[in-house]
Amino acid sequence: MATTQRRPTESQSQSHLDVTGAKHRSLWSDVWRQFRRHKGAVAGLLVLGVIVVGCFFGPMVYPHDPFDINTSIANQPPSSEFPFGTDNLGRDVLARVMIGGRISLAVGLTAMSLGVIIGTTVGILAGFFPKLDGWLMRGTDLFLALPILPLLLVIIMLFRDSLRNAFGPEIGVFLLVVFIIGITSWMQTARIVRGEVLALKSQEFVVAAESIGTRKRNIVMRHIFPNVLSPVMVAAALGVAVAIITESALSFLGLGFPSDFPTWGRLLFDAKDFINLTPMRVIWPGVLISLTVISVNFLGDGLRDALDPTLRSK
Amino acid sequence: MGRYIARRVLIAIPTLIVISFVIFAILDLAPGDPTASLPLTVPPDVREQIRETLGFNDPFILRWVKWMRQMFVYEPLNVIERVFNVSIGDGSERTRIISWSSRGPVVDTIIERLPQTFWVLGLAFVFGILIAIPVGVISAYKQYSIFDNVGTFVSMIGYSVPTFFTGLLAIVIFSVWLGWFPSFYDTTHHVTDWPSFVFQVKQMAMPVAVLSLFNAAALSRFTRSSMLDNLSKDYVRTARSKGLVENRVLVIHVLRNSLIPVVTLIALQIPGIFAGAIITEQIFRINGVGQLLISAIQGADVPMVQTLTFIFAVLIVMFNLIADVIYGFLDPRIRYD
Repeated sequence: MATTQRRPTESQSQSHLDVTGAKHRSLWSDVWRQFRRHKGAVAGLLVLGVIVVGCFFGPMVYPHDPFDINTSIANQPPSSEFPFGTDNLGRDVLARVMIGGRISLAVGLTAMSLGVIIGTTVGILAGFFPKLDGWLMRGTDLFLALPILPLLLVIIMLFRDSLRNAFGPEIGVFLLVVFIIGITSWMQTARIVRGEVLALKSQEFVVAAESIGTRKRNIVMRHIFPNVLSPVMVAAALGVAVAIITESALSFLGLGFPSDFPTWGRLLFDAKDFINLTPMRVIWPGVLISLTVISVNFLGDGLRDALDPTLRSK
Repeated sequence: MGRYIARRVLIAIPTLIVISFVIFAILDLAPGDPTASLPLTVPPDVREQIRETLGFNDPFILRWVKWMRQMFVYEPLNVIERVFNVSIGDGSERTRIISWSSRGPVVDTIIERLPQTFWVLGLAFVFGILIAIPVGVISAYKQYSIFDNVGTFVSMIGYSVPTFFTGLLAIVIFSVWLGWFPSFYDTTHHVTDWPSFVFQVKQMAMPVAVLSLFNAAALSRFTRSSMLDNLSKDYVRTARSKGLVENRVLVIHVLRNSLIPVVTLIALQIPGIFAGAIITEQIFRINGVGQLLISAIQGADVPMVQTLTFIFAVLIVMFNLIADVIYGFLDPRIRYD
């Protein structure tokens, strides 16, 4: 602990003198130390942690079932029995919000992974191989010029039924939503990664690797990819937020997940027709979407600062 | 400058053609049928004739080319005739894009819906800019002050919280609990005297406020970082050292340079507002273009969806072009790329 509290510049200059005495500091422990200084990011991490744990373990200990219909207790305001109230069919809103959170978070993570994988691949290929660059970037610009939201709505409308028949109502919609959000959200990542790769390609260590005859594939995997990891991680964090918002927007327009397989967006959509009767039903899923997105955005901010070595020594 | 603009336009045209193909192709896969909404008493051979006259049985490429001719030539001509009250050629020979559900020309319906969308979105956009730029400028000038910290936090919330939640929250607070504003938008309302004007202002207040906060959030952050970039430049120190009044340094020197990327961003954001209209109009039940799109998608009205989606695409490409031109006009350095 003594070494970690020392000022970084001091420990760096000392590490030349007594190599044996200095405690080893890895890249990730440095990142973590810088990350902890960003108060917003730490708060974001905590809030996100609480939401994730609540959604995944909450339903195991919570007594009410999210799908139990009991119209005799319909439209109740929040009480000690039902902390978030009940909906128009007497289902417990807290239980539904927790179940919905699982799906919303799962959609956010998988759609983001798909988008980041496509974006990173396109970016590295375009940056590293000049022959592909023109075509890939023209494709990226084309995707950026597409009216995304109308197209998403149309695609869901067209393919929902056939995918439902093929994979069942839950998995079918899940695959469709994840897939279309993924393939329409990779463009920014691709552009950032391409820029980084272009800058890296002319640096000495890459030229050196080339000069000793390293194969292209190994240059990309060993030298280029680890160096674009930090912008990719930041893009990934922000991508989760975008994916959750997009999914909620689709569900909010009634074209996402069905009511018996709810996400936060769908709960909001169902609640808005009862806004005069049970206004609190609108608040819960909305607050959770907002809190998640704000936490993820702060997390992304902190990550950006922590992964930037020029800021770390300050 | 002329060559710069020409090059941008030449890039935009193939982009539009490819996009029109993508949109047309995706929607062509739709299982819809133009005769699906006819009464069941219509015999099959009549249905077949209707399909034939609508060109439904033509090969795909031919239908795409015909549609493009309607989209790029016929309908723009109709709109020009309508707006300027002139006639160009023989209007009756032009085939129009016909909606499958209302059986009327698609473009006429869209023109009917446009004013509602324009009023709410346009006002929200203007207010957003009017809030964002001063906030961004002050935040940057007093960096890390209380104003800056509060501003950063509010705008982080502003662009993290989706409009479909802030909108519903506004309805819960201001129309359900306080009862100040109506919860939905009455598009048949006409402003004739003072009380009806007050009602119009009341019903527009919530959607405009929600949207302008959302627009302002991202823009004020952007203005702030652009101002910060410029405030540390050498020319600012020079201006101060030659004894200019601080206001002049800030407004004439820093602000003018900082606004170059901001203006570009504003131009790029305009098509995004129309996408935002889809959601906002759904929350406040405004009878505009976004709502038209949603109802057309739900009713499988393929021509209507194709036209609207394509108009969105045209707006995106057009404003990208405008942003490029403005940027080239304001900042001579980037013309030589």
